Amino acid sequence: MLQQAEPQESESQKSVNQTSLCVVSSQSPYRGQSAREALDAALVSASYDLPTSLLLMGDGVYQLVDHQDPSQLPRKNLLAMFKSLELYGIETVYVDSESLDERGLEPEQLLPVYTLLEGDGVATFLATQKKVLNF
Amino acid sequence: MDLNLDKDGYLLDTAEWSREIADQLANDSGVQLTDDHWQVLELLRNFYQEFEHAPSQRPFVKYIANHLGKEKGSSMYLMKLFPESPAKLAARIAGLPRPTNCF
Repeated sequence: MLQQAEPQESESQKSVNQTSLCVVSSQSPYRGQSAREALDAALVSASYDLPTSLLLMGDGVYQLVDHQDPSQLPRKNLLAMFKSLELYGIETVYVDSESLDERGLEPEQLLPVYTLLEGDGVATFLATQKKVLNF
Repeated sequence: MDLNLDKDGYLLDTAEWSREIADQLANDSGVQLTDDHWQVLELLRNFYQEFEHAPSQRPFVKYIANHLGKEKGSSMYLMKLFPESPAKLAARIAGLPRPTNCF
């Protein structure tokens, strides 16, 4: 009996999603601190066990381009932080497919930790989120 | 030894770190470093090198579990070694900056 009840419960939690937070990051990686701050916000939220997602759109899609080398700048490599997301319980990074197209980027150029959102996928996805933070 | 620390007591230049400095920072916080501590500190420095930031507790516990197994990869184990605020205390002793995503 108990075994039957459990999946139902998780099913209903999934649709309610009362605490979910989506961090939207739309600036290029080393322009100002915006990209870094977005990542920090997502990591704080995930550290407190909130269901957290990260969405890259606009110039934000450049953040996930693989083999970045910012060593000429006095900056940390953001890609290294993306590689740690899984440890924080953030399993995937959502990427707006249209933003990639507009910039002539192919999904194969990205660090393979993403889920592509195509068509009106971004709008549909954001509609399931309780809170959205824009960076 | 006089150390160059920031206002929160973290080493300003992580490259200056040595085992002697770790001992000194640990003593200041009332921690006597054992082999178990060193094992965790080494992992924490590896995390910093790999991911370019000092972690909060949750991802660090998971990272320890991945490398040393579930028994040591637990919050309890970390709390025993580095009481009260393990992520912050361990980062301080390991000569890393204060974890930014950890209050």
